[in-house]
Amino acid sequence: MNNIYINGSGNVSPQATTDNRHFLENPLSFEVRRLKCIDPDYKRFIPAEQIRRMGRIIRMGIAASKLCLEDAGFGAAAVSAGEFVPDAIITGTGLGCVEETEKFLTSMIRNKEEFLTPTAFIQSTHNTVAGQIALMLKCHGYNFTYVHRGVSFESALTDAMTQMQLGEISNALVGGSDELTANSFAITSRLGLWKQNPVNTFNLLNDHQRGSVAGEGSAFFFLEDHQTACSQAILNGVTMFLNPSSPQEISSRVRDFLAVHQLNPGDIDLVLMGLNGDPRTDILYHDLVESDFPLTSLGYFKNLSGEYHTASAFATWLAAMMLKTQTVPEVIQINKPPARLEKVLIYNHFQGKNHAFILLSRP
Amino acid sequence: MSKRVYITGIGIVCAIGNDVPETLLSLLAARSGIGKITLFDTIHKDVLPLAEVKMSTSRLLQELEHTGAKYLTRTALLGMKAAGEAVRSAGFRKTDGYKTGLISATTVGGMDRSEDFYAGFLENPAGGRLIDIINHDCGDSTERIADFLGIKDFVTTISTACSSSVNAIMLGSNLIKTGQLDRVVVGGSDSVTKFTLNGFNTLMILDKTGCHPFDENRAGLTLGEGAAYLVLESEACVMAGHKKVLGEVSGYGNANDAFHQTASSPDGTGAFLAMSKALKMSGLDSAEIDYINVHGTGTQNNDLSEGIAMERLFGEHVPPFSSTKGFTGHTLGAAGAVEAVISILSIEHGVIFPNLNFTTPMKELRIRPVSALNLGHAQIPHEIRHVLSNSFGFGGNNSSIIFSKCEAKSIEQ
Repeated sequence: MNNIYINGSGNVSPQATTDNRHFLENPLSFEVRRLKCIDPDYKRFIPAEQIRRMGRIIRMGIAASKLCLEDAGFGAAAVSAGEFVPDAIITGTGLGCVEETEKFLTSMIRNKEEFLTPTAFIQSTHNTVAGQIALMLKCHGYNFTYVHRGVSFESALTDAMTQMQLGEISNALVGGSDELTANSFAITSRLGLWKQNPVNTFNLLNDHQRGSVAGEGSAFFFLEDHQTACSQAILNGVTMFLNPSSPQEISSRVRDFLAVHQLNPGDIDLVLMGLNGDPRTDILYHDLVESDFPLTSLGYFKNLSGEYHTASAFATWLAAMMLKTQTVPEVIQINKPPARLEKVLIYNHFQGKNHAFILLSRP
Repeated sequence: MSKRVYITGIGIVCAIGNDVPETLLSLLAARSGIGKITLFDTIHKDVLPLAEVKMSTSRLLQELEHTGAKYLTRTALLGMKAAGEAVRSAGFRKTDGYKTGLISATTVGGMDRSEDFYAGFLENPAGGRLIDIINHDCGDSTERIADFLGIKDFVTTISTACSSSVNAIMLGSNLIKTGQLDRVVVGGSDSVTKFTLNGFNTLMILDKTGCHPFDENRAGLTLGEGAAYLVLESEACVMAGHKKVLGEVSGYGNANDAFHQTASSPDGTGAFLAMSKALKMSGLDSAEIDYINVHGTGTQNNDLSEGIAMERLFGEHVPPFSSTKGFTGHTLGAAGAVEAVISILSIEHGVIFPNLNFTTPMKELRIRPVSALNLGHAQIPHEIRHVLSNSFGFGGNNSSIIFSKCEAKSIEQ
């Protein structure tokens, strides 16, 4: 099979990530329990009259997808005019359009099922982001949305790669998006997902409180079956699995995955891990390092993005940009950065249940 | 790589039956499952009909002998019941070494329990039982079904509104074709909830008398609930197991209407593209389609747009078609899989199940649905070899899939 390339990326996140010409030049630290995305100037991407009625995750997704296509070399004017149309739009989201869902649910309960209006219901559907992107780009192609917890984005990548392998499509716009609302933060706090007291995000891994720092974001990628001047990375493969029974199973899963690509753990230059500061589940990353990557350079990213179901989309952006720029930002380093950067392995899990590996290499 | 994707098992629970044999009996008796709302309290109780599964949540738990009453949602339970039947009918052992996946579709997930949680939470941020919210997300029901079936190699969830479970069949077929999986359980599950009932009601597309698909006087859809799953297997898997094959997935297409978030385009662009892609992949001539199980929700907009797309694609020779939503209601994320099971029954028994509640043809269309079970009708072929099934959803999501009969002979080749 031919290589699949990441030929553009767009990232709306709690960091200044919307201009790939300035790759994490000034990473931001916060003293918080939750991170919020920095809103780009949405007027640049969405007609002004639509912005107000549009849920926040939809705005984030449209901005990230348009940034991605611009980054892939399609002019902003052409993207806005719908002159460029991808073969497929495939998205992942853990919880979908939370804000709109809450809005409709709240008014249904408060008003005892009366006086309801359809706008929030219409936008509450999980595939609204992908549908609205299709509408903006006038894209009649394949359109899918995956909603499986911590592997929603990985499912979208798998689908795109599978169809490219079958020759059904030659390119795809693939992304992961999740939004955090005040209510969903309050509820997940009660479930014990987040640290009780604010933490300095740059000190995430040294904080001993249980839980992580909540995050959100939307990152999109333009995948193509050929290299261009804009190529950031080769997307070699993705694999995901559920509820591993032991650290040994994770170790054998990574070895099996790398073997498919004729690699050994020693061939990996950098492992980018989903460490989120929760000692209860970070242990799984430490176990894998100990068993398979004791001498490998290591990095992490949730000090920048926070924890959310599609945080691996942020990690994929980070890995692709590192491979393109051949730099490893200091803020993500856990140990000594590698002398060369050819192969990056992302290992992320969500609450120890949904696990995934993504392998990328230098184009 | 497996060029062909075989169907070796089916399972269903819906308003007209708690399993495949019951569903078939109701279809043959032209017995609708639409009736009064009994599952929850709502101001729409005696006003709007629903197609409820005729099993309470506690009876589902009892039958599945599951101890998870505290945390299982109705969507998960319906899914476990139907997926369990599909796996039993395919007759595989999970320990036989074949790489097995589960791809499930849902639109509401655990919304039934979230509604209860939010009522308490809105009164007081510390209110609401957490056990009612942890299963809110769509992935939850899939993981419960995966645990129930013992599947862990590849487990994911699709939510593309009312086309969700056809898309699950597509992804599953692609993963078999590329050899990533040998076998995969695909389908969807959705329970009825106050959230969806009120949501569709704000759009003013619920028919108070029950849906009348493709009728001139149609006044909207009727919500239903249910779950349905198919077991798909690769050529190698089928040959090794000397499996009885129910049919094969011979083509599919997904396209976006890119017209409006909820409404379908007047010329049926998305529907036309999805059906065309499916035909192209199958390599069949449009005249070879023996029956179309249409999306046919009964809304003004869908039936007109879908009808126009069929007339555009098939010209003067639109195959016999019917919407079976008059039986099952519109089961949203499960609809594609529910109708896949019905399509396979249609192939297996050589019968086109009627489009219930049809009296008057639509004035904009030349075509009309098969409205009575007429086993000896000259227009209806006794042998149904290829069925096209449509599922369309919010977000402009249009999916079409073709199921084909396969002779024992053709599998051996």
